[in-house]
Parts: sequence; C-alpha cells; structure tokens
Amino acid sequence: MTDPSTHTIWGSAEISRALTRMAHEILESNGGTSGLLLLGIPTRGVPLARRLARIMADTEGGAVPVGELDITMYRDDLRNNPTRRVGRTVVPTPIDGRTVVLVDDVLYSGRTIAAAFDALRDLGRPKAVRLAVLVDRGHRELPIRADYVGKDLPTSTSEKVRVRLTELDGSDEVAVQREEAR
Amino acid sequence: MKGLLSAADLNAHEIESILDVAEEMHTIQQRPVKKLPALRGRTIVNLFFEDSTRTRTSFEIAGKWLSADTINVSAKGSSVSKGESMRDTMMTLDSMGVDAFVIRHSSSGAVAQAASWVKAQCINAGDGQHEHPTQALLDAFAMRQHFRTLGEGGSFAGKRIAIVGDLLHSRVVRSNVLLQRTLGGKVTLVAPPTLLPMGVDTWGCEVSSDFDAVLDEADIVMMLRVQRERMSGGFFPTAREYAASYGLTEERFARLSPTVGICHPGPMNRGVEISSAAADAINSLVLDQVSAGVAVRMSVLYHLLGGADEEGQL
Repeated sequence: MTDPSTHTIWGSAEISRALTRMAHEILESNGGTSGLLLLGIPTRGVPLARRLARIMADTEGGAVPVGELDITMYRDDLRNNPTRRVGRTVVPTPIDGRTVVLVDDVLYSGRTIAAAFDALRDLGRPKAVRLAVLVDRGHRELPIRADYVGKDLPTSTSEKVRVRLTELDGSDEVAVQREEAR
Repeated sequence: MKGLLSAADLNAHEIESILDVAEEMHTIQQRPVKKLPALRGRTIVNLFFEDSTRTRTSFEIAGKWLSADTINVSAKGSSVSKGESMRDTMMTLDSMGVDAFVIRHSSSGAVAQAASWVKAQCINAGDGQHEHPTQALLDAFAMRQHFRTLGEGGSFAGKRIAIVGDLLHSRVVRSNVLLQRTLGGKVTLVAPPTLLPMGVDTWGCEVSSDFDAVLDEADIVMMLRVQRERMSGGFFPTAREYAASYGLTEERFARLSPTVGICHPGPMNRGVEISSAAADAINSLVLDQVSAGVAVRMSVLYHLLGGADEEGQL
C-alpha cells in the first residue's frame, strides 16, 4: 500500500460513479434493457458486469442477464507461455439476436477482445456486440475501441494498471504501478 | 515430466487442475458448436496396438474438439502387421512431426518404453494389465460430481472406495489406487484370492474377500469387469458362483444407500459382476463416467499441448 512506485488513481466512490454513468449510457443507447446480455471477461470483468447489471435493474426494473466469457483457449499467445488455467464460461441465455456487451477491467492491446469475438462466434450470432471497460489505457495493437469507458488513462508501456475490486480483492481501487526505477 | 504414463506422475495440484478444466470442457459438450481453437496446428496420433472403441473414440473426439489434427493408427492394417517393430513404427511417425502419441498396448510397460524412443509426448491409454491413467481421472471426475450432488465439497479425503472384481487383469485398478493415494481416498480392494494381483499387499490399501462387510462402509462401489478373454479358466468355478460372492446383485443393491455411487469402467457383463438394477440405478455413475471421458481427455491434452513446447507439461 505504501509502495512509492504505486500511484492510486481512483477509489471506491469514483469507480461506483463511473459504473453508474456507464450503465446509464448503455441503457440510453440500447433504449432500455430489452435484448441486452452482459458478458464479463474473467477475472475482473465478471464482477464489473454484475455491478453494471445491478445498476441497470435498479434504474429500469427487470433483471438484465449476466454471464462469463472465458477467452483463454482463444488467445493468440497460447504457444508463447506455459499452459494457462482456464476460466469459466457461463452464458445464461442463447446469444443469438441479443445485444452482447462485453465487460472487462482494462483495455490495452485489444487482443483479449479480439479473442472474445472468436469465442462469441462459437456460441452463436449476436445482433450486435458492444464493449464496456473500466479503464482504457491506450496502446492498441488492433483496430478495436470501447463503446463505454470508465476512464481514459494515458500510460506508458512500462507502467502497469492494477484494478482491485471488493468482490475479489477486498477493496476497490485503480492504481498505476511504475516500473521499478533503479 | 513428459506426457502422462502413470497416475502416480500427477500431484494433487495437477489432478485438481485437470478435473477443473475438464468441468469447463464438459460444458462444451452441450454447445451447438463443439470446437475450441486451443490445439490448432497440433498433431496427435492415436496408436492402438490393441482394440478399443470407447477410449480411442473419446481421445479422437477430444483432440478434434480442441482443433488438433488427430490420426488413428491401429496395428491391424498398418506396417506393424507387415512385421515392422513397434520402435520403427513409432520413430517413423515421430519424424513426421507428431506432437503427441496416445498409445494402447497389450503389454505392461510398453508405453513407458515407447516414450523413451520418441521426441513427442506419450499418453498411456492402457498398457496390458498395468495402468490406464485417464480412466482413473475420469472415474475421479464422476465421483467428485457425485459428491457435489450430495451437497459436499468434492474432496476425496477419507472417502471409502471399494473396488471389486477381477483385479488381476485390470489396469484400471492400479491407476485408481495410485490416484487415490494422492487424493486421500481410502481404497479397499475386494476379489477372490485367485484374482488378486501379485504384490497387492505393497499397494498400501486394504484387501478383503468379504464383499458384504465392505459394502456397508463404502461411499463408492466400483465394479470391474470379469475379463474372460484374458482368462485361461480356473480362476473361479462358475459365473453364477462368482456373481453370488462378488457381484453387485439385486439383493446387495437393495441394501445399498442411494447416496453410494456405483461405478463401472465398462463394458459391463450384466448378470455377472453387476445386476441391471444396479447398473441402471439413479445412483449409478456409469453413463457419467462415459460422458466425462471426452471432457477429461480434452483437459489432459490441453494441459500437455496447450502451452509452449518446452513448457508443455502438466
């Protein structure tokens, strides 16, 4: 916590405000909750998707379906690393004809999202696919952009963006970690 | 470590990881598009020197669903029947750039021997009367699911597992004993003295010839097939007498609590080691074992071949 190389950007209140705004933006552009399906990308996309769904349900009434979309097996760098653990994929309703909102914590190279497109294609044919991320840190390597962004956070590639969420880590925080200066 | 030759090669963490990933793979079976790209570009040869339908098919499906190229070679109709040695066959295929061999052979130890000849990873799909590690893993998968449906955590610690029947000719029993040694299950072996393997007293599990006494204590009863084709006779007087002493008859099944899971690796000899009442019971895990077969083998293939080459291990 007192690590001088770590700089906290956001706490619990800011994250909550951003998610509330994003939920409203999704509702506005979708014209309500009808036909929506939120899919969180493990690990931290999942609790974020649940929070967005809860805010939407509180605003509009009626539950918004939430699922999990693991993309491990679809990664393009599978061969460059030791065998990775596989996360869960839980899709509560057929995705055909729905507007799927992919939810992740940090958007960086865009490769995770590209893999998510491939994973979605094996599950069906959604009407549209949107992307919601808590933090957009730039440095895209593919032509991908987010539709709903919590915070644009310009970073250098030597920095690390760390998102902590109460459900998994005990507290809410967005922090930037600088590469150890020697 | 290279490949999967024995259930003893796996530590508790690896077993848990294989079973967890298998659970994910199991959901693929329910999807309209049964395909994952994880092993795209990998080549797997199923090399079966002994006949098999369910093991070979499930390995083939497992590889295909993970997008690997799977090729089946059986001893019949291959150069093996022209007199080529197993070593030459394997080295020929290996030099074609195969990533993994799935090997079934009628001789105990043949797969371990084969693994020393080739660069590719080797998976033991049953060697003689020695081992069949993926069968033990899918048994564990079905048992864990059963424990969970009973509302338990899915831990094997202290669970009593009775393995009953033709232990002498079984490769399933040794792999199960080795796997449960790591997982903490308490295995009791039940068989007529003529069908106990040599050195069973060194396996570190209880041995009994009183099925009824063991049955009252068990959480899982695994019945093994009487392997007539491997017997030259003289192991027991008649099938009827065997069934009366060591079969899961209707009478024994009637005494059994419905919380006891009934396993059988198949194919079943109904009326010999297992009655139809038990085989088709609500607490029978026989079909769960079969459906777990593909998922568990997908998981094993993913663990062995899903990462970088030099790191491709469990």
